[in-house]
Amino acid sequence: MPTDSSFLDVDVWRSGAESFQNFQVPARDSQTVLDVVTWIQQHADPTLSYRFACRVGMCGSCAMMVNGKPRWTCRTHVKKVAKRGRIEIAPLRNLQVIKDLATDMSDFFDKWVAAEGVFHPTKTREDEIEAIRPDTPERISADAAVECINCGVCYAACDVVAANPAYLGPAALNRAWSLVNDLRDGALAERLEAVSHDGGCHNCHSHQSCAAYCPNSLNPTASIAGLKRETVKAAFRRGR
Amino acid sequence: MIWPHRSQPLWYAFVLHRVSGVALALFLPVHFYVLSFALRQPERLDGFLRWTDLGIVKAAEFGLVFLLGVHMFGGLRLMALEWLPWSPRQKTFAASAAAAAFLISVTFFLNAA
Ligand code: SF4
Ligand code: SF4
Ligand code: FES
Repeated sequence: MPTDSSFLDVDVWRSGAESFQNFQVPARDSQTVLDVVTWIQQHADPTLSYRFACRVGMCGSCAMMVNGKPRWTCRTHVKKVAKRGRIEIAPLRNLQVIKDLATDMSDFFDKWVAAEGVFHPTKTREDEIEAIRPDTPERISADAAVECINCGVCYAACDVVAANPAYLGPAALNRAWSLVNDLRDGALAERLEAVSHDGGCHNCHSHQSCAAYCPNSLNPTASIAGLKRETVKAAFRRGR
Repeated sequence: MIWPHRSQPLWYAFVLHRVSGVALALFLPVHFYVLSFALRQPERLDGFLRWTDLGIVKAAEFGLVFLLGVHMFGGLRLMALEWLPWSPRQKTFAASAAAAAFLISVTFFLNAA
């Protein structure tokens, strides 16, 4: 019922009622989706739960579904996404909901660990610092994948995650790829093994929905294609 | 169901590849069955070929050639994506695959008509 253009017509998912609740939120010239959610929580309903921390696109904790698309809400302007003054805000897809707009990211982070997204150092603090040339192909690949803020937007956009809960997902595999290209890391074989299991990189259908929505313009599909090549090469090397 | 998050060109390319693949998998057994008439029952093949002269069947053949083309070119794009160094021009490649398939099927249709 958008009647007055000085108000936004906002539907917010409420987990208790399992339905959307409508709020009329004052429209501002410069306003993010996170500002809208915060206004509701501070002025209309203090029981509304959601998550954020930095408000400047650094921490990756504020992602939600906005009009059906995954977005980092602190950097998403209402003007860009509102349709005739209407916005629908729901919790991030493909994750368990804790309450209202707050999701449980445990699965998402457990999969980072399962994909060997952990750095395995090859040197101690006693050793010389290794010089890493920025212009090697490996470093260029690692740099292209490294700016991930763990926001889960790609994970919510991925249809394979929705269909196969075991799938490690774009962010974890993208992280694995940046470590495959890290010359200082000593667990290449283990990592390639970890990403070739049932839920591994070979499940990816290359839709690039992950890349289409990543707020940092990373391309997990490109990283996963790299993992597919390296895991197959490794299998040949093992003589299978 | 087409959810809003799926409305991006490369998701449509994925669906086109999947749908054309399934359609071809259904069509090919029929195709080989009809071809087998040439060896075993030539007169039935002749009858069948006369039937394919109908306009509506020609239009359906145009569709099949398009599906074949789009599945082949789209498949080449996917193989290049997975096996060659990454190219950021995937949307252009997907659009080119659809355009090439359309060109081939229209040429086929005009020759057959
Ligand atoms: S390209 Fe792969 S990881 Fe990205 S959305 Fe599609 S299936 Fe998921
Ligand atoms: S790859 Fe992009 S969308 Fe996915 S978690 Fe990292 S920053 Fe977010
Ligand atoms: S609140 Fe930190 S990225 Fe949005």
